[in-house]
Amino acid sequence: MLKTWITIVVLALESTAGDILISRAMKQIGDLHELRRRAGIPHVIFRVLTSGTLMLGILFMSLAFFSLLAALSWADVSIVGPACGSLTFVSNAVAARIFLHERVDHRRWAAAVCVAAGVALLAT
Amino acid sequence: MTPRKYLVLACVTLLGACGDVSLSRGMKSVGGITWQHWTHIFAALANPWVAGGIVLLLGFMATYLTALSWADLTYVLPATAFGYIVIAGLSKVFLHEDVTLKRWLGIMLITVGVGFVATGPALTEKHHRLAEPEEKSLAAGGRP
Repeated sequence: MLKTWITIVVLALESTAGDILISRAMKQIGDLHELRRRAGIPHVIFRVLTSGTLMLGILFMSLAFFSLLAALSWADVSIVGPACGSLTFVSNAVAARIFLHERVDHRRWAAAVCVAAGVALLAT
Repeated sequence: MTPRKYLVLACVTLLGACGDVSLSRGMKSVGGITWQHWTHIFAALANPWVAGGIVLLLGFMATYLTALSWADLTYVLPATAFGYIVIAGLSKVFLHEDVTLKRWLGIMLITVGVGFVATGPALTEKHHRLAEPEEKSLAAGGRP
């Protein structure tokens, strides 16, 4: 069980790094619908594939993916899925405040407490 | 938000959940992977359920990138939270996993927590600050 939870925490950290990097990259690239309408699909693909920040984010997501594969081989998906998602959600809120300068108000901290309680219930 | 954008968010939710369940079914049939034999992960890619799960998760990634191009990270993540309920339902039906009352309560609490954020503002303060001068100008009768 300890091995599962260590993997879940590592997976959450990898996912958070990936999410933050990918979010920053996609904001730099801009609305894909608008970009496709203005310059066409080849230009959209070029912009996405040449973004260094996006590639770094995808690298972290890939690490999270292989950690997920390992975790799913010895744990129930209904534990690993929600637990990773919840921890990632909380760590994303913290990381988004620090690295993306997003506003995390009381409502969002209340959400973090509910999510943490939900994870505790899933673990018992 | 247009219907097309809601459809993209629905695809993010469903593709992610179905991909996770497909991967789980595949990895259960492949068997446990230890650190001593970590290269077995690559052999698992030949399993149809694992391969199908990867295809579904590639679709998830494409729709996720699209959503992040026009929405905040803190908006997209809550929108995909209902995927947990989909995962629990699919796990019970297709994987015959034991989803107890406590687990359902945990999933409900997570969803409530996600609801707190989902009902809040989608834009960050940074965006509000950018909008403020325009709003004040309009309120004063000035041109935007």
